[in-house]
Amino acid sequence: MPKIGSMSLSAPLVLGIESSCDETGVGIVRGTELLVNAVASSMEEHVRFGGVIPEIASRAHLDAFVPTLSAALEEAGVSLDDIDAIAVTSGPGLSGALMVGVASAKALALGTGKPLYAINHLVAHVGVGILEGGKLPENLGALLVSGGHTEILQVNSLTDDVRLIGATIDDAAGEAYDKVARLLGLGYPGGPVIDAIARDGDRKAIRFPRGLTMPKFIGTAEDPGKHRHDFSFSGLKTAVARCVEQYQKRGEEVPVADIAAGFQEAVVDVITSKAVRACTEHGLSNLLLGGGVAANSRLRELLAARCASAGITLRVPPRELCTDNGAMVAALGAQLVATGAAPTGLGFSTDPGQPVSMVSLVA
Amino acid sequence: MLLLAIDTSANASAALLAVNGADVEVLGSFTSDVGNDHSEVLAPAIESMLEAAGGAKPEAIAVGVGPGPFTGLRVGLATARTLGFVWNVPVHGVMSLDAMARQALAGEPGGDFTVAIDARRKELYWARYDKRGGLIDGPHVSVAEDVPPGEIYGAGAGLYAERLAAVGAHPVRGFEDLHPDAVSLGTCAARALADGAPLLGTDPLYLRDSDAKVPAVMKGKLL
Repeated sequence: MPKIGSMSLSAPLVLGIESSCDETGVGIVRGTELLVNAVASSMEEHVRFGGVIPEIASRAHLDAFVPTLSAALEEAGVSLDDIDAIAVTSGPGLSGALMVGVASAKALALGTGKPLYAINHLVAHVGVGILEGGKLPENLGALLVSGGHTEILQVNSLTDDVRLIGATIDDAAGEAYDKVARLLGLGYPGGPVIDAIARDGDRKAIRFPRGLTMPKFIGTAEDPGKHRHDFSFSGLKTAVARCVEQYQKRGEEVPVADIAAGFQEAVVDVITSKAVRACTEHGLSNLLLGGGVAANSRLRELLAARCASAGITLRVPPRELCTDNGAMVAALGAQLVATGAAPTGLGFSTDPGQPVSMVSLVA
Repeated sequence: MLLLAIDTSANASAALLAVNGADVEVLGSFTSDVGNDHSEVLAPAIESMLEAAGGAKPEAIAVGVGPGPFTGLRVGLATARTLGFVWNVPVHGVMSLDAMARQALAGEPGGDFTVAIDARRKELYWARYDKRGGLIDGPHVSVAEDVPPGEIYGAGAGLYAERLAAVGAHPVRGFEDLHPDAVSLGTCAARALADGAPLLGTDPLYLRDSDAKVPAVMKGKLL
């Protein structure tokens, strides 16, 4: 087995730290084996606001970090001495929230003398796939859908060649769910409650617009429009608001279940059709789904059906690995260590807009 | 005792102190020139100081708990708490303005005095001390008009000199650039430890809530 110092290249023990939004995550992996995935969430504190408040999330990260770290080490039965490397999300994400995880990770690396990797949150959502179901396939695309992100990626190499095919130009899909849930008085977070209520509604009763699907945006495969693979959900949110208003103006009861079902269908229809088209046109025969909205039942159902029709093999990690967590950061970190990537060191800055092309920051 | 002091309530600052009873020797210190690079520069600065001092592990950490701008303040606290966990050493909190009061004593205040720093949003973080540097009131965050009359030290004093003068608070010359810094903060902690005086925990003194407002739709109103 090749070794650098005492570090095993084939199965490095890596501790990953995540703090880009409202989850404080510490995960530990040995190569591709998940040892622990400890997550503390400040979600409850955001409920009354109907969305994540960055300052509240940042305060919660500060208080959650050391207890989460301590719990992770204990559950995994490893000591800090045993760790080969530390990985932390440096971006993209909420600036103040990222700062807490990064400062903590730097202190951890400084105090232990272990190498530190500053890694990309979105690529980590892809890298987590390696922990369940084995090596990632070739010709891989990724669809990431969460409260902060809606992206289609082409993953030529997990550790050094990831490209952005398409992304939302305004709200993330999960954000649209939260905003519509607020409009319908359904509370926060919006995803699970809309998914549940939509089951009682008729998804064809009200047709909401599919963002960026007009020919001028899409073009053709040969001559693609500017937003062929991009998403937009802010118009959809407005359409739902206007719809609710119409019912209220007429003094009629708002058909919450039908609106929820129609809204969900608009989101899921456009996401799945665009993802499948992007895969087909980029020669991607495998698709990995990630992000918190991966838990949505209708998204999983329609994506599975459309991937199957298009001959695309769909892979969906377990729910707890799809939402933000430290294990995904550790998993990508372990791949970087195994390929001999250089550590980032202690001097880097957080990058709230870190592009997917930067899988890890260079020192 | 080797003491690592950290304060990020203003610019990022760290110091390594050799403490022997009431004697404090500064082995190394660092203060950033700019106010927005806490998370970039703090850890490398501490690493360099520790290396320069021969790599010995500190036996205690003192950290400024504010008040100060939130994001920077958290960098110091996250760093101190995590290092305390890794090294298994105690982490003592010190109110950051106390470090300034200690330096203000060089100006030989004639009586009770105030120290103040910029709190942004046209307000000041301030606290009141007796002429021996003992805290008697604060910390507070307020507009200049709410600062008590008398001598006022620190970078906050110069910002609103006219408004402070109007309420009888007079900035002391020569202290217009005074900010909390890790050497003074660590010295405060060392003296308290030598005297057996209590120190703070590591909860940040934000003094303000987050600005978030509960949207109308969350109060049960549809649109």
